[in-house]
Formats: sequence, structure tokens, C-alpha cells
Amino acid sequence: MEWLETWGLTATVFLPVVGALILGFINRDNENALKWTALAATLLAFLASVAVVVAFDFGGTPYNTYQFEVNETWIGAINANYHVGVDGISLPLLVLSTFVMVLAVIYSWNHWEEPKNPKAFLILMMILATGMNGTFVALDLVLFFIFFEIVLLPMYFMIGIWGDKTPRKIPGFSKPFETRLYAAIKFFLFTLFGSAFMLLGFLALYFESADSQFGNTFDITQLTQLGSEGFFTNPTFAFLVFGAMFLGFAVKVPMWPLHTWLPDAHTAAPTVGSVLLAAILLKLGSYGFIRISLPILPEEAVTWAPFIAILAVIGIIYGSLACLAQTDMKRLIAFSSVGHMGFVMLGIATMTDIGINASIIGMVAHGLITGLLFFLAGSMSHRYHTREMARLGGNIKLMPVMGGILAFTAMASLGLPGLAGFWGEFMSLVAAYNPLDGLSLGVFRTGMVLGAVGTVLTAGYMLWMLQRVNLGDPSAEWDDHEFHDVDRFELTAWVPLIVLIVVIGFYPKVIFDTTTDAVTSLVELAFGTETTASVGTLVKGG
Amino acid sequence: MPYEIDYLALAPEIIVVVTLLGVLALDLVLDRPQKYWTATLAVAGSALALLPLAVLAVNGDTISMFDGSYVVDEFALVLKGLFLVSAYIVFLMSHHYIESERYYQGEYYFLLLTTVLGSLVMASARDLIVLFIGLEMVTAPLFMLAGWRKGDVKSNEASMKYFILGVLSTAILLYGMSLVFGLTGEVGFAEIAAATEGMSGEPALIVAILFMMVGFGFKVSAVPFHFWAPDTYEGAPTPIAAYLSVNSKAAGFVAMLIVMYQALPAASDVWAPALWLLAALSMTIGNLSALRQTNIVRLLAYSSIAQAGFMLVPFAAAAVAGADLESAFGATLIYLVIYAVMNLGAFAVVIAGARKTRSGEISQWAGLARVDPMLGVLTLAFFFSLAGIPPLAGWFAKFEMFRSVMIADPATIALAVIAAINAVIALYYYARVIRSVWLDDPVGEFAEGVEAEPAGSLRLALGVAVVLTLAIGIYPSIAAFVRDAAQVLATGS
Repeated sequence: MEWLETWGLTATVFLPVVGALILGFINRDNENALKWTALAATLLAFLASVAVVVAFDFGGTPYNTYQFEVNETWIGAINANYHVGVDGISLPLLVLSTFVMVLAVIYSWNHWEEPKNPKAFLILMMILATGMNGTFVALDLVLFFIFFEIVLLPMYFMIGIWGDKTPRKIPGFSKPFETRLYAAIKFFLFTLFGSAFMLLGFLALYFESADSQFGNTFDITQLTQLGSEGFFTNPTFAFLVFGAMFLGFAVKVPMWPLHTWLPDAHTAAPTVGSVLLAAILLKLGSYGFIRISLPILPEEAVTWAPFIAILAVIGIIYGSLACLAQTDMKRLIAFSSVGHMGFVMLGIATMTDIGINASIIGMVAHGLITGLLFFLAGSMSHRYHTREMARLGGNIKLMPVMGGILAFTAMASLGLPGLAGFWGEFMSLVAAYNPLDGLSLGVFRTGMVLGAVGTVLTAGYMLWMLQRVNLGDPSAEWDDHEFHDVDRFELTAWVPLIVLIVVIGFYPKVIFDTTTDAVTSLVELAFGTETTASVGTLVKGG
Repeated sequence: MPYEIDYLALAPEIIVVVTLLGVLALDLVLDRPQKYWTATLAVAGSALALLPLAVLAVNGDTISMFDGSYVVDEFALVLKGLFLVSAYIVFLMSHHYIESERYYQGEYYFLLLTTVLGSLVMASARDLIVLFIGLEMVTAPLFMLAGWRKGDVKSNEASMKYFILGVLSTAILLYGMSLVFGLTGEVGFAEIAAATEGMSGEPALIVAILFMMVGFGFKVSAVPFHFWAPDTYEGAPTPIAAYLSVNSKAAGFVAMLIVMYQALPAASDVWAPALWLLAALSMTIGNLSALRQTNIVRLLAYSSIAQAGFMLVPFAAAAVAGADLESAFGATLIYLVIYAVMNLGAFAVVIAGARKTRSGEISQWAGLARVDPMLGVLTLAFFFSLAGIPPLAGWFAKFEMFRSVMIADPATIALAVIAAINAVIALYYYARVIRSVWLDDPVGEFAEGVEAEPAGSLRLALGVAVVLTLAIGIYPSIAAFVRDAAQVLATGS
């Protein structure tokens, strides 16, 4: 379809913001109109992305060719263009983003956190959606940067307005802050710190490309081509640029030790905010590594790989140990993200097709599973008015369905084979055994062993959480409480997630079929290696 | 020999002169309740003066008058456009503010129009004398305008401080200029440039350049010559503070850069490191001081000091690295234009917010967005634009600034890193205003009734500023023509 080819991605990206504009004109008391408009906007964006999937050509095109490409002049003076497109790597993430957004709107239907104001909340969600979708399709560094930054504003307000209001003592300040205020600004400052340097890196690429056949360019496809031709090999330049972009992406992922904003932000955010943060926002960082850092600066990426792997493994172990020390259920889930994203980064650090495939399926799985966990944590604290695991307990007796779903999701999160979480972790570890030629086997194999220990720890804290929250007898304080088990809006939002977790768990081919060709050709283009022997059996057969 | 005078090229200046005379005359005949017509005339005059600008821009010719002392080229047109549009917004901001507080109106607009005239002259000046006259015409009326709130001690202090330091800086500036004249025997920029070639290292020239930089440093309130700015901004009527932070700062800026760039390119080894230092200090000290402010006007004052540092970055970096100054000039101009729009917007928000909260303390603004969401959105737009968050205009200014420092040279890389860190620090205090307006619970009662609502003219000012902020942010190409104008300056003269 002609129309879809040119407008499909633009519609996916901008329909939500059109929705936001319409929302702006609806009276704030007309809650139903607001909700239906928001649902329509996100649903249309989702359908547009599905249409893109349907029309997507899965027959392995070489890396750096994109489909549904649009390339229009935007800021002529600096040769920045409105260039968007998808390939096998970005497609699953784009669909994940539009999909989770719809569920988030459905969940919001009857879950408004204080101080309510559905109009403002929905508008922020719509802007957030545009930023996230846009980041996954942007093929121009300036455009990428803009979308990457746009998500900051709505998230800042979501945390700051609807977030956790308990006061909290911050070292160095005499007065206690409300948690939401502290978390919101911390999130904002950390991310902006990273992205300021990321922008410097982008600009350096722009200037370095002056002598190329393209002239000064921000275009990711052109820069990728230059990168694969060995254009950016000046060691100091490559080191500084990779380092600058590393800061930007690593804060977002987040990688240890730049992760400290995450537990605060996730815990303080309202439920929908946490879900979107975990399910999609974190992926912007790891996606940036795959889309920008690796193909444009492949040699430098190989130099940095052991370093990234070490940080990733520290993240896995540290995240798991931190989980074991938590008393707050939501904070535990937040820290588990540090660990899971560690696996994603470990996969990327191996620079192999298995590893990068692992990281993409890991991202999708983490988005579905941790998103669901945050939904659950939100719904439970909505009912119990506490997230202290010591006061919960016997949840499955009070609310059997909720408890059941929690148990299922926790199992998925700890990487139970047959559920989505398994593939990312397992394949990362496999890839770490056999990283790209020339990478230190010692570092990566040690990383593999430690990562494996990490999976055990993950199982440990997840089961421990289940035991404290779900099992045992409800404490006496809940004797007189009526608990409503899962309501229909929650079910509508959660069941699709559960189904997908199972489907991807049993049949990961749905993801791999999309990603493998793109990833293999990426690795080939960037690192010039042929497909490793095991990938055929592992990926195609899996 | 009689000079050829192109009256179309001078039309903006002529219109402003006619308007300011008209304001004076009107002030004499009108009764007190009707005096607001003077404001209306000023608004109309500044808008009308944009017309010949547009015609000249379409013609696109470079017109040189008075032996090349007065040049109307694209560069001058862009600046005149900037000065007139921001003056237009300031008039709109003043309209109700001055009337409702029962200050003298006719004299106010007369003086303000005089400074506008000065800035128009300055934009065309291509020799030291015209430049000096233009610059002083910008500054001198502002000494009085800063003290316009006569009943308030703070306003008197503002006026006094600004006057004493301003006069001192003028003297130093003039001394520097006279040294240049003494050394070269020339006042025209092009002639000075020719005469100073091979003169670098000449002690008198170094002294002259440093003196001029001190003088300009005061005008743009760059650290360490910034001490007057926060007190003056706080005490002056808010529209005047806005004017000081935008027009008069821009005038000083352009004067400084044009002198360095056109008249003294040969001595760049003297002024480049000095500019580097000014930029780094202004950003860092301006930002760190802004962190501690509790009053919103003082916060904006320090923020404008820091922003001046950001504006200096491209030029300083290019000059230190010995790179092409042309694109640096373009980046500085783009920054200046965008900064003007968003900073005027921020001051307009301060006026509107002060009516509602009856206070300039940031803590008193808590919860403002709950009673007036529209004002909340505007606060958000301007302050986050100042912080450089896309898709608001400020991002493109910062982007251009960073783009121009991407030169492989240790000194410029250091400056880029300082700028990047400062961009994050700046976010913190801008976000604090947003936090107060949107996130905090109200601490006091808000004013209600007609008096608490922004007047129609103020709404118009806010509207113009917010539309420009969004439009430039989403489609920056509309601001990029400014860069072409900078190139005209480089090649055309």
C-alpha cells in the first residue's frame, strides 16, 4: 500500500500527540471523553504499527536498509532530516512500545492516583508515547536526540505530580523532601547529564564526516556505512565519541554505576509511570547501543566490549543482591530491572549475533514481564495501601487471581524455561561463552559464570518475594478488609501480556524471525564475521 | 560633498523617531486616564517600523552610507528585526504594568523608544563613533527607567547601581576606543583592521582591547562584571528588567563581537583567551549563583548571566582554536535570537504570575498551575526552553552552540565540557521553578478577580513568545536564516 509505505511510521509516531492535542480541548471533567480519546489515539498508533508489521518484508535484506523509509528535509542548514524507517531490530521494540501504551491506557481507566486529573495525565502519556515511538524509528541523529529527550518532560511530571508523597531524608539537605520530588529531579538530571554528552558525541560524528562522500551528515544510515568502511578509526576521536555516547545510553539503560536514579524513579512513579519506564524507556538506551554505537564505531565498540561486559555483570550481581535487601516490593522489582538489563548489556557486549539477538528478545521480554510486575505492584499497593513485604503475606488467599498472576510473572521474571524471560538470559550466557573473535575469553567466560550465579540469585529473590507476599497467612491487620480481586480493566490490560509471555516463551521464533537477519547482517557489516556455527541451531531451530 | 541618503534604509529609525516624538506630544495633550494611548502608539510604532525592514530584506541589497560608517545589510536587518520585535513584546508587557501602578507613562515610552533607536543605530554602526553613540543611547535612558518605581527603595538602588557602574564602564570603554584611535588614526572598522595588522604584541593595543572588553563586559553583565545585574533586575520594573536582559544585553553583545571580529581580527590572540575566560566564568558562576536564588527575578538575572556565557562559547571557542569565526558568529546570533524570545516570555510569565501570587518568591508560586493551568503551561514552555529541552526553541540554541565548539583543540574541548556540565546545572534551577508551579502544594492564597488576570496586551506578548518558541523548536529552519545574515557580515564588507 502506497499510503502505508510513506505514512505508516509517521502515523505511529504522531497519532498519540494528535490525541494529546484533542485531549487539550476536552473539558477536564469529562472523564469518559478523555479516556476514549486517549484509547483511540494509542489504539490507532498500535494498529498502524501492526499494519507495518503485516506489510513488513521479512526476507533478509542486508543491514542498513530500512523499510517504510521517509526522508524529508527538516533543518536544511545543518543537513538534519526527518528520516525514519524500521528494520528487524527496531520493529519488535516499536510494536512493544505501541502495545504497552494501549494497555497502560486501559489500566488507567479506573486507577487514578492522587491528585487524579486524568486530562493532564493522559496528555503526558500521549507525549511520552510519541517520544518513545519516535526514538525507535529515527534514522537521523538529531531526530533521535529530540525524541530521546522528549520523553524526559512527561516522565518528570508523572513522577513529580502523581508520585509517592512520603517524606524522605536526603543527606545534605536539612529538610526532608517528598520522595516524588527527589526522584523526579534525580531522574531528570541523570538523564540530561548523559544526553548532553551524547549530543556532543553526535556532533563530533557530524564534523568528522565532513570529508566523507556524504559531507557533514547526521544520517544514521550514512554514518553506518562510513563506520563499516572504517572511516571513524582515529583512536582518540573514536574513544571520545564512543565514551560520550556511552554516557548517554548507559544512564538510560541503566548500567551500574549510573543506575542510582532508577530505583528511586521506579519506586516513586505512579503505577503507569513505572510500567512505561520499565517496559520501554530503559530500552531506549540499549537500543541506542545497537543502532548507533555498534555500527558506527565498530572497532571502538570492540575495544570497549570487555569494559561493558564487566559493568553488565556487576549490574547483574549487584542488582540481585540489592533485591535481596529490599523490604519494599516495588523497589525490589525496580532493582530487578538493573539485573535484567545487565543481561541485555552482556549480550550486546559479546558483539555476536547470538548476543545481540539475546539482548533484543531480552528487552522485549523484560518489557512485558517487568511491565506486568509493576502493574501488579501498583494494583496491590492500591488495595493494601502499603508495599512493605513484611505486612503483606497470604496475598493468594485474599486475592487468588492476583496472587496467581503474580506467581506466574515472578516465574517468568526469574527466567523459567518456557516463558519469555528465559531466552534473553540463557542466550546472553551462551553468547558470553563464545564472544566475538579477539575479545578476551577470560573476561567473558568469567562473566558467563558470574551471570549464571546471577540467574540463581534472581530465582532466589523472586521466590523470596513470592514467599513473603503470596504465601503464608494474611496478617491480622487485614481481617476486616474487603479485597476486590482483579477487576475487568486490570484483566484486559494484563491478559495480553500474559499471553505474549507464554507465546514468546514457547515460540521465540516470533521475535527471532524478525531480528535474526538484521542482527546477523549487522554483525557481519560491523565486525566482518561470519555467522557462528551454533546460531543456526539455536536461533532458527529454537 | 553632500551625502547620499537612502531614506528607505533609514525608514525604521525614522519611524521610531517620529513615534517617540509623537509619544511626547501626545503625553502633553492627553488627560491622565487617557495616557495609555502613548503605549498604544509605541506598540504601533514598533510594529510599523518592521515594515520597511521586510521590504529591505526582500530587496537584499547592502546599502552603505556616510562613508561606510552606517551600513544596512542583512546582518543589520536581522539585528534590527530582533530589537524591534523584542521591543514590541516589552511594550506589550509594559502597557498594563505601567498604567495600573500609576507610573509616568509618556516619559516611560519616550525613554524606552530612545533606547530602541539606539539599538537600531548600533546594529548599523561600522565605526567606533557611531557604535559608541548607539550603545550609549541604549544605556543612558535605562538608568532612569530602572528607577521608575520611585516609591520603592529597591528601585532607587537599582537605578543608582546601574548608573554608577554603567558610567564607569562607559568611561573605560571610551578610553579603550580612544587608544585604538590614537594607535591607528582611524575610526572605521575596516580601516582599523587594516592598520592593526602586524601590530599584535603592541602593549597599547593590548590595553585598549582589554579596556574595551571590560566596558562591553559590563554591558552584557559577563562575570566578573556582573554584580550590578541581579540588584538592578530585581529593583527595576519587570518589563525594564526584561529589556535589560534581552535588548540591552544583545546590543552590548553585538557591539563587542562586531568590534573584535571586524576591527581587531589581527589581535585575536589577545581577546580570544579573554573571551574564553569570560564565557567559562559567566556560565559557571552565573549558574552556581542561580542555584541559590529564592526570588524569581534574581534567578532570571543570574540565568541571563549564565546564558550570556553560553552565547560567548561559540565565538570564544572558534577564536581560541583559530578556526572559522563566521559559523561561530552565526551560532551566537541564533542563540541570541532564540534567547530573546524565550527570555522575554519568561519575564512575561513573571509579570503574570506576580499578579496572581502577589510575590516574586519562588516558594510563593507553589501550586500556581492548579489555579491557572494555562499560566502553568507557559511557565513550563519558557523555563524548559531556557534549559534547552526539546522540542522547545532553546534546544536548537544549545545545539548550535555545541555544534560550533566541535573543534579538535584542547581549549575548546574543555569549554565544551564546561558548557555541557553547566547545561545540567541550569536545568536544576529552571526545573525548580517548574516544580514549584506544578508539583508543590499551594502555601498561600492566590489573588482573584480582574486585577489578578493578565491584561490583554500581556496575553498577546505571551502568545507571540510562546508561538515563536514552539515554532522555532519544532522547525528550526526558520531561525537558520540568521546564519546567512552572519555570513553577509563576513563577506559583504
